[in-house]
Amino acid sequence: MSLITTPNLADPDAAYAALLAAHKGLPEAESTALNARLVLILMNHLGDGPVFAEALRLAREAG
Amino acid sequence: MAYDYRPFAYVAPPGLTAPEPRHRVVIIGAGPIGLALAIDLAQYGVGSVVLDDNDVVSVGSRAICWSKRSLEVLDRLGVGAKCVDKGVIWKLGRTLHREEEVWTFDLQPDPGHKMPAFVNLQQYYVEEYLVARALEFPGLIDLRWKNKVTGLVQGDGVSLTVETPDGAYQLEAEHLVACDGARSDIRGMLGLDFDGELFEERFLIADIEMTGDFPSERRFWFEPPFHAGQSALLHKQPDHIYRIDLQLGWDADPEAERQPERVIPRIEKAVGHRDFRLDWVSVYTFQCRRLARFVHGPVIFCGDSAHVVSPFGARGGNGGLQDVDALGWRLAHVAQGGDAGVLNAYDRERQHGADENLLNSSRTTRFMSPAAGAERLFRDAVLVLAGKAAFARPLVNSGRLSRPCVYPLAGPDDPALPVEARPGAVAPDAPLADGWLIDRLGRRPVLLALGQPAPEGTGAERLELALTQELQARYLGGAKQALYLVRPDQIIAARWVTARPEAITEALTAIWSDRT
Repeated sequence: MSLITTPNLADPDAAYAALLAAHKGLPEAESTALNARLVLILMNHLGDGPVFAEALRLAREAG
Repeated sequence: MAYDYRPFAYVAPPGLTAPEPRHRVVIIGAGPIGLALAIDLAQYGVGSVVLDDNDVVSVGSRAICWSKRSLEVLDRLGVGAKCVDKGVIWKLGRTLHREEEVWTFDLQPDPGHKMPAFVNLQQYYVEEYLVARALEFPGLIDLRWKNKVTGLVQGDGVSLTVETPDGAYQLEAEHLVACDGARSDIRGMLGLDFDGELFEERFLIADIEMTGDFPSERRFWFEPPFHAGQSALLHKQPDHIYRIDLQLGWDADPEAERQPERVIPRIEKAVGHRDFRLDWVSVYTFQCRRLARFVHGPVIFCGDSAHVVSPFGARGGNGGLQDVDALGWRLAHVAQGGDAGVLNAYDRERQHGADENLLNSSRTTRFMSPAAGAERLFRDAVLVLAGKAAFARPLVNSGRLSRPCVYPLAGPDDPALPVEARPGAVAPDAPLADGWLIDRLGRRPVLLALGQPAPEGTGAERLELALTQELQARYLGGAKQALYLVRPDQIIAARWVTARPEAITEALTAIWSDRT
């Protein structure tokens, strides 16, 4: 299985809103910490395959 | 009880009055690594001169955690039982973040091994036992205290100038092994330097004596309540001596921090009372560095003189003993007229081992002492999550404790056999009806035959054993039979389900060559 880079969300606006809602009211440092925890949780969920490495590469190239 | 440091007697060496015959091997440094090597060589019948610029064992506990593999090596050298009897056996490592336990590991291997996972024993005891053992080889080991090398000239061997309290003398040897530690003078004399990383972190390290009932376990704190924002480690040692490591930060002044008026209040906060005696204090800086090569003509580097790691994986002393393990039988072979090419295999294998230790130590250091920014952010996120979600606990890194590396050997292999006993790995121990497998292996190549007779005429000493449950699990797996060729350092060189005698002879020849 490789990284899905085509649209994969039935309701992208709702998913995006959920992400913003999780950060709502947080000062910047806490928001950054939340993102770090989120990355770790998702990294574990993805497991050992190539998907996480591909996601890292895309994130790095897009910046 | 404080250790009773008794100086060893300096004896004026013969070279002061008349030229000495050329020695086969001279070892610089009578620490655990130099002494272990001298004993290993002596057990192969090869003599050595051991020079040490001091006349006493290690001051302070220094290397304290001896791994199962080190204990097996020390046992082969004749001091394993003493170390285990005196040491504190432990297997549990607890890691705490603030006041919460976030990760606990249990090092207990499967039952059925002669040696425990780890013992804690101050380096000075290990040296004391090794010195006593070395003295059992009076014709082979020539221990010279207060002998300091001040000059080195390399040719097809080495010529040394050695300073003693009675003046200087010359010493010639075919090989020199530098076991003179992280600040090796020999390394300096050859103009060699380490490559690698120096971490901007300082730790205070102290031995304290206190009577208390602390369990036999390793305890590591991130951001403990008694030492804000830093980390701390507590280990129990024999004689009611405890070892405490406290992170100080890079800005700390090492001289000021080692003063008792600064140290005692810090430890008081860590242990919660003032009822202790300060035994020894030091301050160190993290380094993860090594020489590019460990063999330089007749000069061989072994232990901390070749590589240094940060201390939280117990990879300094244990890594050094694995160097000895890989070197002794090969150097004995060369000293007895064998092809010196076999030393290249030592170089290659121990570079591999050092790289594994450096990788683990660098990762631990990065977790323990993260740089500002993303390193710190993710470190803290792991610690916060570890208290709440099981997945984050294995990410907590307070030291990955020393395990022997598996050398990348190209010897014959059969994938039907268990992966743990593949070529390059230490032969797994197993209980036998009358002792332990590990005691039947080592010092010479052995052909271990299980479930079949060992072929004759291969040149290897044969060891045929009746199958037990442990031998089946550790050496056969699903197979019905196997042949294992085990090197003098108890490393598996090759294995087959069935083999023709010529194939075994060829693998045996490879052990003594540069081809591994």
